[in-house]
Amino acid sequence: MSIADPETEIPPPLGTTSKAGDAVFRGLATASASVILLALAGVAAFLLAQGLPALDGTGAQAYGFDNIWVYVGPLLFGTLLAATIALVFAAPLSLGVALVISHYAPRRVAKGLGWAIDLLAAIPSVIYGLWGIEFLAKQLVPVYMWLEAHLSFIPLFAGPVPTSGRTMMTAGLVLAVMALPIITAICREIFAQTPVMHQEAALALGATRWEMIRLAVFPYGRSGIVSAVLLGLGRALGETMAVALVLSPSIVVSFNLISAEGGDSSSTIAANIALNFGNASGSKIDTLIFTGLVLFVITFAVNFLGRWIAARGVKKG
Amino acid sequence: MAKSIDVSDLDIYYGDFLAVQGVTMSIKARAVTALIGPSGCGKSTFLRSLNRMHEVIPGARAEGKVMVDGQDLYDADVDPVAVRREIGMVFQRPNPFPTMSIYENVLAGKRLNATRLKKSDADDLVEKSLRGANLWSEVKDRLGKPGMGLSGGQQQRLCIARAIAVEPQVLLMDEPCSALDPISTAAIEDLIHELKSDYTIVIVTHNMQQAARVSDDTGFFNLKATGEPGHLVEFNPTKKMFTNPDNEATESYISGRFG
Repeated sequence: MSIADPETEIPPPLGTTSKAGDAVFRGLATASASVILLALAGVAAFLLAQGLPALDGTGAQAYGFDNIWVYVGPLLFGTLLAATIALVFAAPLSLGVALVISHYAPRRVAKGLGWAIDLLAAIPSVIYGLWGIEFLAKQLVPVYMWLEAHLSFIPLFAGPVPTSGRTMMTAGLVLAVMALPIITAICREIFAQTPVMHQEAALALGATRWEMIRLAVFPYGRSGIVSAVLLGLGRALGETMAVALVLSPSIVVSFNLISAEGGDSSSTIAANIALNFGNASGSKIDTLIFTGLVLFVITFAVNFLGRWIAARGVKKG
Repeated sequence: MAKSIDVSDLDIYYGDFLAVQGVTMSIKARAVTALIGPSGCGKSTFLRSLNRMHEVIPGARAEGKVMVDGQDLYDADVDPVAVRREIGMVFQRPNPFPTMSIYENVLAGKRLNATRLKKSDADDLVEKSLRGANLWSEVKDRLGKPGMGLSGGQQQRLCIARAIAVEPQVLLMDEPCSALDPISTAAIEDLIHELKSDYTIVIVTHNMQQAARVSDDTGFFNLKATGEPGHLVEFNPTKKMFTNPDNEATESYISGRFG
């Protein structure tokens, strides 16, 4: 008899043998969750405690500016500008790549492309920075020259173009390459989950593939796309090394994307901290930490917004 | 509007796998043709090959002829997208576009043709299509509400309205009632009777009574043997099929002795 007689072999009551294991596991899981919250609270407390005293700093403490906001403002502006450039390029490109992977390419090509995109995410940001200075910036100089020659009436392209090519535009493009994998990976997942029946509904009405994507795939994934872009924005905002290597630090508000001469180009908060922290001492450290607090709040808000939109979309769909 | 379909010697493949073999049948215009048979016998695959929807699955193809109005659907220069605009389809599970209103769902196919619709024309088309699908009186006060808010049977009629809004020649229905309750099913069957005067209808069904109630002709599909391709066993007027079929296998399937 291979089947045990149910009356002679009574199974142990559920859960008795693993009770100790349960308790341990539950403890570990709870502890891990608390540690994360504590770490977040700790970072916030540190930024507030160290940064807030710099609020009324002037003169030397504010790097020679009248008050702290005059110092933080241009950096915040530069941060948002670089991130915006990054998204303007990365968002459409990511959507395109994600669509190729999920709907256009044959399965084998799509798989390879997916891996390549994931690899992009694995490259350390300092490498992106070096690539930005040594390769991308130089390649872009002729493009900037052209923009300056033909479009300099638009303030964005006023020039003069530095021979190094290390400009706000270059920094934004490097950030775009770095944000690309995140946005692509999330969009790809969302597109691949589009219910087959909605896609068939569109195709059966005589939709071409692109029309089917507009009718079925995009509406289904809209909130996911928005949150993917915002998560990409979060990365672009906080990225340090790539920008620090490409841009020289300066405290100016400038829409000029293709210049660096005479400090005519904005910098970002993260890069500014990285470049100045080594030389800072005393109250200047507080000032830099305060700029970090500003970045923390912005990044937090962007991520929060992204998740809120994603959650709202789930309820609606 | 309605056109007849002549299928001759159609083989349907998924990659190297021959799913359906050697189907020949004449589908009459302005009539309902039912396709019955056990699960996995290829009747849905055959139905989908009539508007080239099976090609959505990578590797799927068909050999043979499907003539509609003197034109072979599988000619090299025929665009499957154009085929599907002429031959509409209703699916097993109601699939209105979830983010669109009832109104927009009906117009979805029309909007694909990229012609700008005047508001009054669009309103007329929505009313005509919804009336055609016996849904107008139930939804006329809430056209702006999401299509997903309707009951299953209403959703299915919305899908039929969406399919007839593009004025196809032929309407294919893949088990359109299998996800519906008996009352909704009766509503759809009544609708099929009415649509018959304007459209050529081909319906796949697992429900023998339904085939007997709604169709003029019936085709019985079966597998030759396990692992062999599906084929058309018998194709005859429904009356003959259900009273005096030519084939013994048809009789035992219809009388419930297998399948």
